[in-house]
Amino acid sequence: MPKIVAVTGNEAVAEAFRQVNPDVCAAYPITPSTDLMQRFASFVNNGKVKTEMILVESEHSAMSACIGASAAGGRVITATSSQGLALMWEELFIASGTRLPIVLGLVNRALSAPLNIHGDHSDGMGARDCGWIQLWSENGQEAYDNTIQAFRIAEHMDIRLPAMTCMDGFIISHSIERMEYLDDEAVKNFAGEFRTLNPLLDIEHPVSYGPLILPDYYMEFRRAHAEVMSKVSKVVLSVAKDFEKISGRKYGLFETYRLEDAEIAFVILNSAAGTSKDVIDEFRNKGIKAGLLKPRLYRPFPYEEVGEALKHLKAVCVLDRADAFGASYGPLYIDIAASLYPYKERPLLINKIYGLGGRDYLPEHAELVLNELAETAKTGKVKTFKEYIGVRE
Amino acid sequence: MATPLSLKELSKKEVLLTAGHRMCSGCGAPPVVKMVLLASDYPVVASNATGCIEVSTCISEYTAWKIPWIHNAFENAAATLSGVETMYRSLKKQGKIDKEIKFIAFGGDGGTYDIGFQSLSGAMERGHDMLYICYDNGAYMNTGIQRSSATPFGADTTTCPAGSVIPGKLQQRKDLTKIMAAHGIPYVAQASPSSWSDLMKKVRKALEIKGPKFMNIIAPCNRGWRSRTDDAILLSRLAVETCYWPLYEIENGVTRVTVKPKEKKPLVDFLKPQGRFKHMFAPENEWMLKQAQEEVEKNWERLLKEEAFTAPKEEAAKE
Repeated sequence: MPKIVAVTGNEAVAEAFRQVNPDVCAAYPITPSTDLMQRFASFVNNGKVKTEMILVESEHSAMSACIGASAAGGRVITATSSQGLALMWEELFIASGTRLPIVLGLVNRALSAPLNIHGDHSDGMGARDCGWIQLWSENGQEAYDNTIQAFRIAEHMDIRLPAMTCMDGFIISHSIERMEYLDDEAVKNFAGEFRTLNPLLDIEHPVSYGPLILPDYYMEFRRAHAEVMSKVSKVVLSVAKDFEKISGRKYGLFETYRLEDAEIAFVILNSAAGTSKDVIDEFRNKGIKAGLLKPRLYRPFPYEEVGEALKHLKAVCVLDRADAFGASYGPLYIDIAASLYPYKERPLLINKIYGLGGRDYLPEHAELVLNELAETAKTGKVKTFKEYIGVRE
Repeated sequence: MATPLSLKELSKKEVLLTAGHRMCSGCGAPPVVKMVLLASDYPVVASNATGCIEVSTCISEYTAWKIPWIHNAFENAAATLSGVETMYRSLKKQGKIDKEIKFIAFGGDGGTYDIGFQSLSGAMERGHDMLYICYDNGAYMNTGIQRSSATPFGADTTTCPAGSVIPGKLQQRKDLTKIMAAHGIPYVAQASPSSWSDLMKKVRKALEIKGPKFMNIIAPCNRGWRSRTDDAILLSRLAVETCYWPLYEIENGVTRVTVKPKEKKPLVDFLKPQGRFKHMFAPENEWMLKQAQEEVEKNWERLLKEEAFTAPKEEAAKE
């Protein structure tokens, strides 16, 4: 029987890790993910898991050790935030290029400078094109559920790619919510036994990992990686179906909220989607047809399905909790714009940058944006394509 | 106890780094790798930092390694192997694996003294059961002979060229072997391919010791040292005979010089055959030769003092 609990996001992801019971974990402390790994370390030291922990001297070494451990042939986890993920950046590409199904709990936090420990998405966005699978989570429940599913997706024999699950630092990682934990046995059976593929520790069949591939073959490797990415959506959906059977909770590639008959909508990731949904309800009560799309599988981005879901709208605002300096728009906006580009009839698209460095995203911000969208839908005129909201100008 | 080394036995063993790799002819590094692997009585899983050996031994669908081998990046051969070794412990504890396997990391001086130093230090401190081998050729040879912290004083490299104002590298080498000893790990040693038996005995001994071990092995590079392609072993011998590269080990805090030159040769015997030191023989640079020799004397004397100081006391030996 599922257990109803009141826990933080970090506690929930640590619990998911305990239930999946990986073989090796390599980690280095960084706020706000530190608390997640402290909790996991106490499971290790109290014999609640079989996991061997490597308490490395940097995040670069954390991911390096994860790569070694995963190639050796077993289930491997880590967690980090912000600068930690940035320091891993080189290794993230090596983990995915080597096709190692490592699972990383990313507790989203702003990047320096200036130094800031609070939640925004610059870390995850900085790693969005490194060949990993990214699952984003609105709340602790989703972070827990995504973490459990991430193992099945990453380790799928058609995929074998690393996966990171993302949740907002402090807002989710340190806030207590009501959520449901699955039985240990249910999670264990769902995750299943780790299946090895060319393990280094098979000394009877020696393999070489990490070759030099020059122009004669490098491109074929990258092409193959792109091909594998194109298969991820299907696996995510089939894993979600199995997960629904044990949890009763339904997951897709993204969540839509009152979107089907909507005329205006938000596209927004993670915790701010919750606030937005409340405000959408208020606008619906006033007769304004507002809705929302919240990406879950952000990498690989299901652009065809997202385009289909949004094409009927009159005006859409993509809210980015990270800017892409010097680019045209925020990172999520660029993906949404590309998803909609093939359609002749498509919504007007605006971009707001919000919530950087943990700046609150308040209902009044959502109201302002919805009012602007309603006006845009009515007049067909865009006031500003891109702007920062909730900021001193 | 390590099994004794016999040429007869070694001659029957398979060489685990095959011919056909693409190292330069006359390179000192492949013999080092072959000797290390030949010395092991156990199956070995190796990691390799980016560098000459790595780029030359596993290209596209070819590999020269007959053992499981992983290359991750430049700075993390130690951290990567610490992950492999930890997975081994985890699976062994779970009863999923029962074989006795040894773990050896290979890195050049750039990947070990410099960019990989933190990763190495961390792995040693954590106590992983692994042996780290640094093949030290004294510069970033793979990228084209750039200065590293292992480059000897005075050497001419592409980033510290012997110029009219600055005559090559003006700093002394980092003494990495001593730094590793300062980690308090059970076994640290220096070796040279010229003393093959000493080198292989050290490897064999290291692999019998549980915990982290470090060996620093000189590996002449004719491209970077501007020496003859058939002089790798001769130069590594001269490095030992001039006491530039003393052969010693530090086992549980006890320092022992394993090969003492019968007659200590002057450092110039080691420097002279190498083009990278040519400018030091110009009359205006005489001070460089003097300074280099003084540094060798100082280090050698200190090593002998350490040996005497750490030697087990006679009373203890009698008991």
